[in-house]
Amino acid sequence: MIEMKEISKVYSLGGEEVHALDHASLRIADGEFVAVIGPSGSGKSTLMNIMGCLDTADSGEYILDDMPIEDYSEDDLARIRNQKIGFVFQSFNLLSKMSALENVELPLIYRGLRSREIHSRAADALALMGLADRMKHKPTELSGGQQQRVAIARALVTNPSLILADEPTGNLDYSTGQEIMRLFEDLHEAGNTVVLITHDDNVANAAPRRIRILDGRVTEEDSTC
Amino acid sequence: MLMQSFRMAFSSITSNKMRSFLTMLGIIIGIMAVVVLVSIVTSATDSIMGELDSLGADKLTVTVLNQRGLPLTLKEVSGYPDEYDSIAYVAPTARQSATAKTSTKEADAMILGTTSSYMEVEDLKLQAGRFLKSPDLENNSSVAVIGPSLANDLFSTVDVVGKTFYVGGRGFTIIGVLETAGESLLGSTNSAAIVPFTLAERMFRLQGISSFTVKAADSTLVAEAEDDLKHAMTARFKDESSFSVLNQSALLSSLDSIQGTLTLMLGGIAAISLLVGGIGIMNIMLVSVAERTREIGIRKAIGASRKRILTQFLIESLVLSTVGGLLGLLVSWGLLGLVSYVMDASYTMSPDVAVLAVVFSMVVGLIFGINPANKAAKMPPIEALRTE
Ligand SMILES: Nc1ncnc2c1ncn2[C@@H]1O[C@H](COP(=O)(O)OP(=O)(O)OP(=O)(O)O)[C@@H](O)[C@H]1O
Ligand SMILES: [Mg+2]
Repeated sequence: MIEMKEISKVYSLGGEEVHALDHASLRIADGEFVAVIGPSGSGKSTLMNIMGCLDTADSGEYILDDMPIEDYSEDDLARIRNQKIGFVFQSFNLLSKMSALENVELPLIYRGLRSREIHSRAADALALMGLADRMKHKPTELSGGQQQRVAIARALVTNPSLILADEPTGNLDYSTGQEIMRLFEDLHEAGNTVVLITHDDNVANAAPRRIRILDGRVTEEDSTC
Repeated sequence: MLMQSFRMAFSSITSNKMRSFLTMLGIIIGIMAVVVLVSIVTSATDSIMGELDSLGADKLTVTVLNQRGLPLTLKEVSGYPDEYDSIAYVAPTARQSATAKTSTKEADAMILGTTSSYMEVEDLKLQAGRFLKSPDLENNSSVAVIGPSLANDLFSTVDVVGKTFYVGGRGFTIIGVLETAGESLLGSTNSAAIVPFTLAERMFRLQGISSFTVKAADSTLVAEAEDDLKHAMTARFKDESSFSVLNQSALLSSLDSIQGTLTLMLGGIAAISLLVGGIGIMNIMLVSVAERTREIGIRKAIGASRKRILTQFLIESLVLSTVGGLLGLLVSWGLLGLVSYVMDASYTMSPDVAVLAVVFSMVVGLIFGINPANKAAKMPPIEALRTE
């Protein structure tokens, strides 16, 4: 369960303050499928980094699974990122010197699995993304959409219970995007928590619950579907 | 987990081969300098010690520097073995180089005047004929026992017993030929002509014995023999500065300590050069950590713990330094072979030195890798992700 209370994140650049998050409060229960919608620069990625234990808020309280985030040790957070959270980054964040397969294998390596299992699970995840014939390619040898799918495969390969996806369909054509959305719906149906970030209302409509974010302020949208 | 870290370290090292090689160069050169120098020094001193050892640790050489108007006589010296239990044999020596001639040839020879005891003192072996005997000395016989090189130079054969050669117009009948001896520090007997001491004394116009060699009754009695000789000589000349007693076993132990000092000094050079190599590794590792900030961020974002990152970078610097050390050993091995070939000597690498060198370079890699690895491990993930 995710609970945020009055979370603020302020960047000051040359005397000017940017409130990336402004007293944002929200609560996401286990097994929910939530879309976070907002225009560019509204603070979506910032929110997600905090949710994914990569960044910390300047003020406010973030409670993950009934425990304030400050109470987790550095190693606890590394374990949570590895085992509980599947992160799809807006900018993919793939390791450029490694092949697609090696990139997807990495979280399983950090989980300490045996190399045979690592290999077969990573290959399966890539095949699911339609990249069975691109496993040996490095990210620079892949198109933007293919890189995005590698990033999704890496996030899903560990079977995380919380999926944080930052514009996962941003670089995909309509039908591939639809396929990915169906995948997230399946994951949601299987009981996983899915948080989907998008600036596209059509994409957001797939989610039963939508959160709007504007200039760092979070508002709940009434469910209409 | 270690296996994976090793694989990552290797792939990161091989992905930038030139830089990795240059980084290792510091270690390679450091290890090479040390291993080659230490090997040469130990090989050289070992061979000197071996030579000294073969000269006999149970021998003492007495040199009379000033006869003080009372020349030391053959009779006095020959009495020492009876007089002192510690002394087994005494042989006076008078050396001078001269030209030996036959009717057709001539050769440089070392004329060595001594007595029959010289054979026992020096453990000489004959391949033909006999050695000097007491009557040869009593009669001042013009006889000589010669070395095989001299025999070859003069007669082109070693089958020369009974033949005659000339030194300064005096003819010598050859009564024996020595076996070939190894070269030694004090010159070898291979080109010597050993003649009765009494005859040499007259030829060289010597007044008394200026040098003699003593063989102790037992190798444990060398120190006692030395004391006895010093007593005898002090009593004889009433002055300790008139003579000197050279103890070869003492020489051996002092050489031993010289070798120790040299090795220690080279160890110091080793430490300094490996320190420099280590700083090189640290420098490159710091650059590598800075360059790979984003990679570190990504790894942390998908769940790498501090320990994983720390291990990865530590192993990387460990692999760099170990491979450097091994390459250094390889180069040293080649270089020693080359030096041995050029100098016509045998310089070998001792396994101790090799193992120590590799262990030392590994330790250097670990120590100088700690700081960069720690820096990488402590990087906050979000900031690392944002750098380009
Ligand atoms: N490291 C930073 N330093 C300074 N300002 C930052 C930093 N990161 C984000 N910001 C600012 O915070 C605000 C929110 O950024 P954020 O990345 O969360 O936006 P976003 O909603 O994800 O936008 P987009 O849809 O374009 O990805 C922006 O105005 C941005 O300029
Ligand atoms: Mg964003």
